[in-house]
Amino acid sequence: MTAASAGFGAARARTRRSLLREGARRHPRALFGAVAAALAALAVLAVGFGTVAIAPETTMAIVLHRVLGLETGATWSAASETIVWDLRIPRVLTAAMVGAALAVAGATFQGLLRNPLADPYVLGTASGAALGAAVALLIPVRIVVVEFGLVHAFAFVGALLAITVVYRLSRLSAWSGMTSLLLTGYAVGSLLAAGLAMAMYLSGATLRQIFAFLLGGFEAATWPRLAIALPLVVFGTAGILWRARVLNGLMLGEEAAAHLGVDVRRERAILLALGSLVTAAAVAVSGLIGFVGLVVPHVIRLVVGPSARAVLPLSIVVGACLLVLADLGARLLGDIPVGVVSALVGAPFFLFLLRRAQSGYEL
Amino acid sequence: MTDLGVTVLPGPAPIVEFRSVTLAYGRREIVRAADLSIAPGERVALVGPNGAGKSTLLRALTGLLAPAAGQVEVDGHDVADFDRAALARRIAVVPQLAVLPFSARVEDIVALGRLPHEDPIRGPRPADRAAVAEAMDRVGLGRLMGRDARELSLGERQLVLVALAIAQAAPIVVLDEPTVHLDLRHQVDVMELLVDLNARDGTTVLAVLHDLNLAARYFPRVLVVADGRIAADGPPADVLTAARIRDVFGVDPGILWGAPWSTVPADR
Repeated sequence: MTAASAGFGAARARTRRSLLREGARRHPRALFGAVAAALAALAVLAVGFGTVAIAPETTMAIVLHRVLGLETGATWSAASETIVWDLRIPRVLTAAMVGAALAVAGATFQGLLRNPLADPYVLGTASGAALGAAVALLIPVRIVVVEFGLVHAFAFVGALLAITVVYRLSRLSAWSGMTSLLLTGYAVGSLLAAGLAMAMYLSGATLRQIFAFLLGGFEAATWPRLAIALPLVVFGTAGILWRARVLNGLMLGEEAAAHLGVDVRRERAILLALGSLVTAAAVAVSGLIGFVGLVVPHVIRLVVGPSARAVLPLSIVVGACLLVLADLGARLLGDIPVGVVSALVGAPFFLFLLRRAQSGYEL
Repeated sequence: MTDLGVTVLPGPAPIVEFRSVTLAYGRREIVRAADLSIAPGERVALVGPNGAGKSTLLRALTGLLAPAAGQVEVDGHDVADFDRAALARRIAVVPQLAVLPFSARVEDIVALGRLPHEDPIRGPRPADRAAVAEAMDRVGLGRLMGRDARELSLGERQLVLVALAIAQAAPIVVLDEPTVHLDLRHQVDVMELLVDLNARDGTTVLAVLHDLNLAARYFPRVLVVADGRIAADGPPADVLTAARIRDVFGVDPGILWGAPWSTVPADR
C-alpha cells in the first residue's frame, strides 16, 4: 500500500498542469457540467450574433416566451422574433446536434475499430451520403418528403446503404473482424467516390449545390428537419452510451474483450449500426463536416483518459460547442461554409496533436 | 492420462470438465478426443511443444472455440450455455499483449478487469475501485501507477495484464505463457502470486508454461500435451520423466534438470 501511495504522490507532484488534469480525470462529471454550461452560454451568444445583432437578454426573453409562455416584461420587434425563433435557434441547435453526433460517432468508430485515425466517415458513410445527395440533386423533379427535402433524405439513405454494404461484404472476408471492416470500408468508399465524381461531372449547373453539400453547413436548418434528425441522434447516442463498457473492453483487442464478457460479434454489429445512424442523421441535415469526429474524441482522451465512460458524454458537449463556434465563425466571416472553418481550425490543431502523440499523448 | 493409471478419486464436483473433446480449425484437427477433469482449487500447468494444442484447449475452455465433438463444461454447465459476461465472471484470462489504440494509464488497464461486474449505466462502484487497487497491490504495481501503459517494458505490461485478471476476481484464472517476457525475479513473483491466489482465494489456476522448471516447482499437477492429445497427467515428478521429455520435446532433459533453482534432483 505504501508503494501505491508513493506512486500516487509521484504522479501528483509532476507539474501544476498535470494537477489540473488529475482533477479532470477524477471528476469527469464536473467537467461535463462545466462544458455543458459553457455550451448553453455559447448558444445564447451565437443566436445574438449575425447581420442583425440581438442582445442575449432579448434572446432569453423570446425563448422563455415561446417555450414556457412566460412574460418577462421585455419587449422586442416581430422581426427579431422571426430571426431568433425561426432562423437562428434552429440553426444553432442543429449545429450543436451535428457536433455532438459526429463527435460521439467518431469516438465510437475509433474505439470499435481500435484505430485512432478512424472518424465517423471512415466506413463509407460520407461517400454514400454524398452520392445520395448528388443523385437527388440530379433528379430534375423537386419533391419534399415531409419537409425534409429529397437531398437530405437521399443523403441519409445513401449513408446507411453504404455502411450496410460495407458490413455485409466485410463478413465475407477472411480477415479478422475489424481489419476487414476497415479495408472493405476503404474499398467501397473509393467506389462510391468514383460514382460521386461521375455525378459531379454530369451535373452541369447543379455542381455548385453538390459542392455545398460536400463542404457542409447549417443554412438549410429548419425546425422540421431538426425534429426529424434529433430523435435519431438521441436514440443512437443513448444506445452508444449504454455500451461504453464494450468500447472499453475492445481496447485490448477482440479476444480480450470476449474474455471480459463482451459478445464481440453482436456488439460490433450494434455499435456499427448506432454509430452509422447517428452519422447519417447528422450528415443528412448538414452535409459533410470534417475533423469534429476525428479530433474531439482525441482532445477529450488527452484530458480525461481513454475510458469510453468519460469520453462519450464529454464528446457530446465538446463536439456541440465546437460546431456552434465554427458556425458562428462561418456566419461572421460572411457565410462561408462551416466545413471550411472547422477544417481550418481542426487541421492545424490535429497536426499539433500528432506532434504531442509521439510522446505517448502526455501533455 | 490412462496410460499412467491415474484414477480420479471421488471428490468435489469438477469445476472444469472436458468430455472427449475434439477441437478443429476448419478441417484441421488440433485436439483429438481429450478428456480432462479439474477440481476446484487445483493448480494445473499445461506443457508441451509448440503447436501441440495447449492454447487451443484453453480457447475451448474460454468459449472462443466451439468443440467439433464432445463437451466442455464449467461448473457443471456446457460452456456454450453461458453468455459472455457470465463466463467472464467465472473465468479470468490474462490477455495477450496488444497494441493499445490510445494511451492509457496502468490503472485504466487494470480497471478493465472489472468490466464483467460493471453495471452498464452506473459504471464502476467503490467495490470495483477497491478490487483494482488490491490487484495492483498484489502484483506490486504501485510504482507504475499513473504511468502510460504504452511506455512500459514488455515485462511490466505483462504484469499489468496479470493484475487485470486478478481484478476480475473469477474462481478460475487462465494464463497462456504468462512469463515469456519476464525476468527471473518477476517469473518467480508471478508464480508465487498464482500460488497465493490459489491458497488464499481458492482460485483454480490453469497455465500454459514453456518452462518445465517453473511447472515442476509451482504446479502440483502437470498436463503434457503432445500432438493433440493429453499424453500425461499427474504430479510433476511422475509426469516429467526424462524419457517422456525426450519423447515429447526431443531434447535431452539433463540440461533442464541442471538449472540451479530446480527442485527436481539433477540425477532424475
